[in-house]
Amino acid sequence: MSIKWGSYKVAQFHDELLQKANTPRYCAQALCEYLRSFSDKELIQLKVASDTAIHVMGITFRVYHQEEGSIDRAWPFDLIPRLIDKKEWQYVELGLKQRVKALNMFINDLYNEQNIIKDGVFPVHLLENSKNFLEECKGVKPKHGIWAHICGSDLVRDQHGQFYVLEDNLRVPSGVSYMLENRHVMKRVLPEMFEQYNILPVDDYPSQLYDMLVQMSPREVNDPEIVVLTPGIYNSAYFEHSYLAQQMGAELVQGSDLVVENDDCVYMRTINGLARVDVIYRRIDDLFIDPEVFSPDSMLGVPGIMRAWKAGNVALANAPGSGVADDKVVYAYVPQIIEYYLNETALIPNVPTYKCLDEKEREYVLEHIAEMVVKPANESGGYGMLIGPHSSEVEHDKFRQRIKDDPRNYVAQPMLILSTAPTMIGTKVQPRHLDLRPFILSGRDINVTPGGLTRVALVEGSTVVNSSQGGGSKDTWIVDMEHK
Amino acid sequence: MLSRVANSIYWMIRYLERAENTARVINVNSHLLLDLPDSVELGWEPIIDILSSRDLFYEKYQQANEENVIQFMLVDQKNMGSIVSSLIFARENARTVKEIIPREAWEQINNLYLDVVTNQAEGFSRRTRYSFLARIILANQTIVGLLAGTMSHDEAYDFMKIGRNLERADMSTRLIDVRSASLLENVDEELTSFKNIQWMSVLKSMTAYQMYRRQVRMRVTREDVLNFLLLDKRFPRSLLHTFDQIEHAVSLLPNNTVCLEEIGNAKTYLISINPSTLLQDKLHDFIDVVQLNLSEIDNKVAQTYF
Repeated sequence: MSIKWGSYKVAQFHDELLQKANTPRYCAQALCEYLRSFSDKELIQLKVASDTAIHVMGITFRVYHQEEGSIDRAWPFDLIPRLIDKKEWQYVELGLKQRVKALNMFINDLYNEQNIIKDGVFPVHLLENSKNFLEECKGVKPKHGIWAHICGSDLVRDQHGQFYVLEDNLRVPSGVSYMLENRHVMKRVLPEMFEQYNILPVDDYPSQLYDMLVQMSPREVNDPEIVVLTPGIYNSAYFEHSYLAQQMGAELVQGSDLVVENDDCVYMRTINGLARVDVIYRRIDDLFIDPEVFSPDSMLGVPGIMRAWKAGNVALANAPGSGVADDKVVYAYVPQIIEYYLNETALIPNVPTYKCLDEKEREYVLEHIAEMVVKPANESGGYGMLIGPHSSEVEHDKFRQRIKDDPRNYVAQPMLILSTAPTMIGTKVQPRHLDLRPFILSGRDINVTPGGLTRVALVEGSTVVNSSQGGGSKDTWIVDMEHK
Repeated sequence: MLSRVANSIYWMIRYLERAENTARVINVNSHLLLDLPDSVELGWEPIIDILSSRDLFYEKYQQANEENVIQFMLVDQKNMGSIVSSLIFARENARTVKEIIPREAWEQINNLYLDVVTNQAEGFSRRTRYSFLARIILANQTIVGLLAGTMSHDEAYDFMKIGRNLERADMSTRLIDVRSASLLENVDEELTSFKNIQWMSVLKSMTAYQMYRRQVRMRVTREDVLNFLLLDKRFPRSLLHTFDQIEHAVSLLPNNTVCLEEIGNAKTYLISINPSTLLQDKLHDFIDVVQLNLSEIDNKVAQTYF
């Protein structure tokens, strides 16, 4: 027994590797051929090898569990990579750069002149009702006008293979370390394929991140002090914080390691005494970052850090308040935002989005809730959302009520028929739905990771890809088919 | 480097060293018991005393038999000094400094922890115990070697050196104290050979037997053993050597005056003693002072840097 591509069901979805049963896409031919050469026993050995690699490398993520507290789990990884032809990817890359450029201009405008509101393109009441618009950030002009230095945008494909942006994560997007580690595991497990294919490398990300952070330093020094600020080892993304600090050679600090002195500069406590910090890649949410300004009982933050940032003595990446633009209601306006600032049409479309605040659109959502996906404006990680077609009538009613109570907080989208890719389930290969999160770095230039983190819903038919809710991941290969 | 990081690295390495030493003590005891005649009641209790956890042990267990002591020393998480506890703490500390230590070292530490937790049953069966504990010892030595060979010998490395040697000195003194007390001073003539193997077991608990033999080519005597374990300059587990190592590492750090002074005092005291005059009571008093000195060094390092 081995993999039988003949009995693989592509159905009505767009599949990333196969056009139809037994017919791999051009870029996936060598891979499918190679995978077919394995016996069941060899497939199991490969799976064991990849699990062992993940175990030994200590690639984990933390899950919050009501009864058991938080537990470390090994990172769920699928053996079969997801391939995208470089020619197709180049277009996506352009689209992402365009999008992030416009979003940064938008945030900078909102906290300063607010031209987009004056010109009647963006309604002012959305800003007034936004939880993520921080009054404290008004009038601040970060270096190069960049607020969201690191952005993770979630892409999906529909049944025709068209890419859509599902959401932008502009606050503290996570997952990039798993993208990097997936590649490490893949090189250990399927080294032969790396000779067959010309796969764009992803390992450069930490250097690019470092270079970008250096550009943000308020002091013009050769070797600015860059730190990664983590909430600590009990945070679900701690693995990533530690990983990135390690790869950049930056200090990994916790709030208690930093102190703001009377000169409004940030210092860290070292064995030599206090040392000045120039750039903070912070992985703590806005509201916990400074107990002087936001949550006074936050133990994670650094008292006075907002003072230091506003005085221009330290750079924060991402800047506080960036989240105003990844609100799911703002999302609906991104095509207009791109047009307003860049005078261009969005290269990658949005998923059509109904804003519940709008009376007409709300009526439509309430009526069609059984066919739609309803999302709260400010949650992430797949929490608090309703997937209409997979839910009961009781749940539909519950969400109808929630929408009526707080229309500003909800948007709804038609249920997309997400693309699939072959995924190992035991020794069988079955189609599973997936998405893709590329990471975009904005400094003087904008850089997009070649590929990104592919997340896959391991449960048959499910479209929930979050690792906290049973999702797995795949290595993502951007393959250059012209220069093999 | 960050104070918190220095602190974590220091404790990471101390816990690893502790796990290794405890594994060695259990292993040597298992072997020693096989050699001793039934009339000599040495048993497993001294092991608990070496780690000064007598009270904690008897809170939970009735009897200091083999199974209970192994349970207590190997896997009991209530016992902060058990091998599993030590490895949990070592790993948690390592997790917080993963970006500082070489990736391979983290993988080894993680692996060691997983191995011990998964295969702990091997520690209970006499047949598999030796190789299980030997694996723990080897794993830590691998980590030490890996760090020596792949990590920059920077300040972080200095803190490791201080931690490792302080832990080693601490364990050595406990071992000498407890083992020499339970050594039978006034036994019958016919038991002399057993007395020797007990001194040999002290040496073996510190992997010192072979090196001792190369240095001292006579039969194993109390005075020679003490001299070697306390004052040998070149054996890496002798007390004087660990003090020298600590002194050297601290001399490379900033603001080290207070710490160096403390180490200097401890060394002066150590060199001043004459092992041949250290009979049982005096040896015990001497070890008490050394223990106090060690904890004073630990305090000064913490006050200055953490």
